[in-house]
Amino acid sequence: MKNRIDACFEQLKAKGEKALVTFVTAGDPDFDTTEKCVLEMFDKGADIIELGVPFSDPIAEGPVIQRASLRSLKGGTTLDKIFELVKKLRTKTDKPLLLMMYINTIFRYGTEKFFKSCAQYQIDGVIVPDLPFEERDEIAVQAEKYGIYNIYLVAPTSADRVAVIARESKGFLYVVSSLGVTGTRSEITTDFSTLLAPLDGIDVPCCIGFGISDAQQAKKMSQFSDGVIVGSAIVKIIEQQGSQAAPAVGEFVASLKEPLKG
Amino acid sequence: MGKTGRFGEYGGQYVPETVMTAVHELEAAYDKYKDDPEFNSELRTLYRDYANRPSMLYYAQKMTEDLGGAKIYIKREDLNHTGAHKINNVLGQVLLAKKMGKKRIIAETGAGQHGVATATACALFGLECEVYMGAEDCKRQSLNVYRMNLLGAKVTPVDSGTATLKDAINEAMRDWCSNIDTTFYCIGSVMGPHPYPTMVRDFQKIISEEIKAQLAEREGRLPDCVIACVGGGSNAMGAFYDFIEDKSVRLVGAEAAGRGIDTPDTAATMALGTLGIFHGMKSVFLQDEYGQIAPVYSISAGLDYPGVGPEHTYLRDSKRAEYIPINDEEAVCAFEYLSKTEGIIPAIESAHAVAAALKIAPTMDKDKILVINLSGRGDKDVYSIARYRGVDLVEE
Repeated sequence: MKNRIDACFEQLKAKGEKALVTFVTAGDPDFDTTEKCVLEMFDKGADIIELGVPFSDPIAEGPVIQRASLRSLKGGTTLDKIFELVKKLRTKTDKPLLLMMYINTIFRYGTEKFFKSCAQYQIDGVIVPDLPFEERDEIAVQAEKYGIYNIYLVAPTSADRVAVIARESKGFLYVVSSLGVTGTRSEITTDFSTLLAPLDGIDVPCCIGFGISDAQQAKKMSQFSDGVIVGSAIVKIIEQQGSQAAPAVGEFVASLKEPLKG
Repeated sequence: MGKTGRFGEYGGQYVPETVMTAVHELEAAYDKYKDDPEFNSELRTLYRDYANRPSMLYYAQKMTEDLGGAKIYIKREDLNHTGAHKINNVLGQVLLAKKMGKKRIIAETGAGQHGVATATACALFGLECEVYMGAEDCKRQSLNVYRMNLLGAKVTPVDSGTATLKDAINEAMRDWCSNIDTTFYCIGSVMGPHPYPTMVRDFQKIISEEIKAQLAEREGRLPDCVIACVGGGSNAMGAFYDFIEDKSVRLVGAEAAGRGIDTPDTAATMALGTLGIFHGMKSVFLQDEYGQIAPVYSISAGLDYPGVGPEHTYLRDSKRAEYIPINDEEAVCAFEYLSKTEGIIPAIESAHAVAAALKIAPTMDKDKILVINLSGRGDKDVYSIARYRGVDLVEE
């Protein structure tokens, strides 16, 4: 079966649209809210959704997602409960779902068991911010075996590494917009044409994330890429509105998607 | 070592892509300078003239007679400038940072000893310094916070998570991600992504090299047992390293059991931990079944860490070193014992090693030799020991 991520980018390309990838921390503040937000986001234009698996020590996250992780963990979120959520979601949506998580969560769960569960519950890919390209063998065999994509990241510091990483990328390449951790930035000054020049001739979509918080930034970033990724700005709405957040999240997602429709 | 930066299967470089280039840059710089005669000559001069090395190897006659077993020597790392072994590593890393043209140094600290050492080296080299310290630890070690400020460093309290050492490391890593071009992350223990565990061990191995030479001069032979406390494990790696090939030398690490390994209030990673990947390395960690890192506890802020350096895990697995848990009560008793018996007030961290020696020395014959690595001095701990004993010290 074709991976849903590949199918998604093919359809977007045919329509001349850019991808909107959105993020929520699973179980923040509870699973009902996550379910509502995910369905609402897909309904209002999200093409791919990342479910954040909360970790006690999320070193790549800024304060917003740190707090969301804490709220979720306090509510008793576990990986097994997240798989249960995915099972429910899969009765209602066939769009790509990714897990964004730290390597220790996979490792402790058991790498083989984890990817087997991903396949069973129809997760399409994983993003593991503390698993750099050099350490990809930690999960490569098992991910491949079960057809789950490990989405690689490149950063403004990646330089010569961009082409090497892109050539082995599947699904899409996650381009970190600027130095630092997740969270909104007033301005993104990275020179993407230089950073992403090595991608010429490499056939993998790239999406820019970290710090994109409104439609203007989304539009600007989409000019350099095949899509944009928005996380903290959505999580912030959930932080403010709690279990009532879904409509506002949907409205915000619609505003982000608008300039990406081409 | 197999793959780059591995000790058996342990170690590695599990860090975000943003810092990978910095990690590689550091690797290259360290490879270049570690055997560079000029770099090493500068470092040796700093060790001698600034840090007060070699540290003395002291024969603890009263303790030996009192325990009635092995002859006990104490390696006086507490007499180093800034009062602990931490300065050995910091001078090495900050000198390296200077050579690399870095302008800003960041560090994490638990008890404050590594933070003080880093602030000291930055004052000496004229570099900007920011130290991340758990808000909880800032309270426990307010004297060290003030000391770092005196030395010109900025101390940033970390409120996230358990507000202790691991959270300070998280925050330092986040800072590093944001300021990679200008900033050098001076990690305080044999942990983190490669090359840190190797580099920090190399800067600390002078401890075992000196013990070996000093004991050869005094006794004409190797010790039979070397004991050091283990949090992340830098003073222990330093005290063990030159003896690893000398198979007759028993190597013992004393880890912090807190209120006991049968309670949740513990930091005994070797006794209770499981294999995981965290803070850039594969090693052993205290964590739950889903891999959430556990809150840890010890009376000693310096041993209050839920993991241990990867080379220690390797030494344990290969049965070259053994690790024993020492609880708060045993450590405090050893703190008081060494103070009264030898007139040496040890750091509460180092008192864990003393406590292990109190157990092991009496079981050894009188012709055997045991060395305690006394990693730091205990002035900083007087308040918390008094509190533990129910004495409320107030300075007017």
